Amino acid sequence: MTKQLRYAGQFLVIAALFGAVAAFANRPVYRQIPQGSAIVVLTFVHGADRSSECRRLTSEEIAKLPPNMRRVTACPRGRRPLYVELDFGGRPTYRAELPPTGIAGDGPSRVYRRFVLPAGTYDVSVRMRDTARTEGFDHTRTGTVTLGPDQMFVIDYRAESGEFVFR
Amino acid sequence: MIGAVRSALRYGFELIERPFERLFGPALNPLAQLGALGFFFFWIVTVSGIYLFIFFDTGIERAYESVEHISRAHWYHAGVMRSLHRYASDLMVVMVAVHLLRQFAYDQYRGVRWFSWFTGLPMIWLLYGSGITGYWLVWDRLAQYVAITTSELLDRLPIFGEPIARNFISTGTLTSRFFTLMVFMHIAVPLFLLFVMWIHILRISRPKINPPRSLAAMSLVALIGVALWKPALSQGHVDLAKAAVEVGLDWFYLPLYPLSDIWGRGGVWLFLGAFSLMIGFMPWLPPLRRTRAAEVDLAHCNGCARCAEDCAYEAIRMVRRTDSLPFPTQAQVNAALCTSCGICVGACPSSTPFRRSEELKTGIDLPDFSLKELRERTIAAAQLLQGPARVLVFACEHGGAHKLDGVVRLPCVAMVPPSLIDFALSRDLADGVAIVGCAESACFNRLGIAWTEQRVAGTRDPYLRARVPRERLTMIWTSALATRRAAAEIAAFAVRIAGLPRAKLRSPLQPTTMTASKRVEQTAAELGSGS
Repeated sequence: MTKQLRYAGQFLVIAALFGAVAAFANRPVYRQIPQGSAIVVLTFVHGADRSSECRRLTSEEIAKLPPNMRRVTACPRGRRPLYVELDFGGRPTYRAELPPTGIAGDGPSRVYRRFVLPAGTYDVSVRMRDTARTEGFDHTRTGTVTLGPDQMFVIDYRAESGEFVFR
Repeated sequence: MIGAVRSALRYGFELIERPFERLFGPALNPLAQLGALGFFFFWIVTVSGIYLFIFFDTGIERAYESVEHISRAHWYHAGVMRSLHRYASDLMVVMVAVHLLRQFAYDQYRGVRWFSWFTGLPMIWLLYGSGITGYWLVWDRLAQYVAITTSELLDRLPIFGEPIARNFISTGTLTSRFFTLMVFMHIAVPLFLLFVMWIHILRISRPKINPPRSLAAMSLVALIGVALWKPALSQGHVDLAKAAVEVGLDWFYLPLYPLSDIWGRGGVWLFLGAFSLMIGFMPWLPPLRRTRAAEVDLAHCNGCARCAEDCAYEAIRMVRRTDSLPFPTQAQVNAALCTSCGICVGACPSSTPFRRSEELKTGIDLPDFSLKELRERTIAAAQLLQGPARVLVFACEHGGAHKLDGVVRLPCVAMVPPSLIDFALSRDLADGVAIVGCAESACFNRLGIAWTEQRVAGTRDPYLRARVPRERLTMIWTSALATRRAAAEIAAFAVRIAGLPRAKLRSPLQPTTMTASKRVEQTAAELGSGS
């Protein structure tokens, strides 16, 4: 084999290998969800009420505190877990008690859940309990939504207005 | 189990390597240059990345447009650079993956080599970190998919207070500052990768960090050709109102992303944890049984530094003399780095088997396989040789002849001091000497083949004396699995030397009328060995 032929062969092998790498650099195409489906995301970050009510300190208890840290009431640091329910098309889609975050359990509860549903029109109902009550819900939103294929439908909660947001 | 996998993989590699070695030759064989090619592609990625940064806009609105501008309006320079950046990154992943598999297949990851193997693990993480952060910057549909899936994966870890994935639920939630952070990450992570790459090769003597020029030139030209043939393009602007459900995935960087849909985020982390643990502990599964490290005998060391020069593992360094001999330095062995390959023994000018002292000594020796023992084994092997062409075989225990009978087995053929070849032929221990080592592009001890060839060629100390007839010496480089090929080449060599006239470098102490077997016996008796 002459030197030139040998070099040509070497180059062709290298080029073929690199070409194969380039081909797999964006092929085959990956489809995340079945055709004609949509993604529903339930996500929010919200802190429930404190685990118990604030208590008024006695004068003895206040006196025991360092002078710069004296206060009238003592509030527990920890928060209650938050309870949330989501129904889609009349079916229970999600039920969860979301614990508070943080080592001391004083952070907000959080949720980020994805659901893949066939495109179509659905009745949506989302409910949340963030207080000491054991029955019923503190925040509720119901509605009808039409999900297009590949649509990303987000259910969020805005603490400042105290309501769920569909977008 | 691990041994069986290793053997199967090694067999597979040898099947691939043979045609590669035939076409490229041992010097250019890309499979023997995987680490060097990895470095080469890293530099291509770096240079192309710096060039692209000139045109890239980090704003949330402008990022996609600037990349499109690069790829469309300026395709002939910046567009080509983008493709080089992309494909060289992919090739780095390929080089790393094949390099890892090859080191495993050839058992070059245990013992003192654990360090390079172990430091390769963070390199894999950093390489993927570099690539994944790069995909975010394009801010196309693939970036959307990568950003959301990566965030969801990270959110699975109990680290972040608020889910990061919430940043991508609507257009208003993301700011340009986020892009600035991603650009910083995409620069910082590769810089850290480079730092770990440097650590990775710290314990290797003469690491190959640059491929041969012709291989580098061919790779660069081929890469430019591929960039022109299949330019890297974006996949449409991000639309957070629609899920990025269909994307052209980079299967080199993102193979686990689809798996996260099947296994779940926790499953992917479990897999990554298990993979990392397995890779991290592999050098000790099971640990390599090591013989004792080389030892320096100061009485025979003149501080010539040849052993330190030839050591493939940075295990020997020259230090100030500690005895009264009039030499400025002496060799010092770091036992933790020594693989007991014996290359230093072959490099020591004191390693001469002609010495008649009762206890054959040299400047640096292996306690478990000394030069004295090597000479004894050589003589013993010579006593078994018969026929008109007696071929004495020095066989590397990782090469093709290590399973053949009657050979002198060594941890590396470079342990053979050139004077031992002279000794074998001049003492008429054999009519020819065959040195059979590993396959040329897969030397187990990295430099054993190169040093042996250079010593024989007279270009590296210690030289093989000019009086040794080169036609009576052959060097055969075959893999451990190619036993039949090694035996056939040894047999062919025997046929060749059978037709040669009688050698004329006999020792003057031995009468020419003596038979060959008598001369071997006399040598054994003189040196008090070989029985």
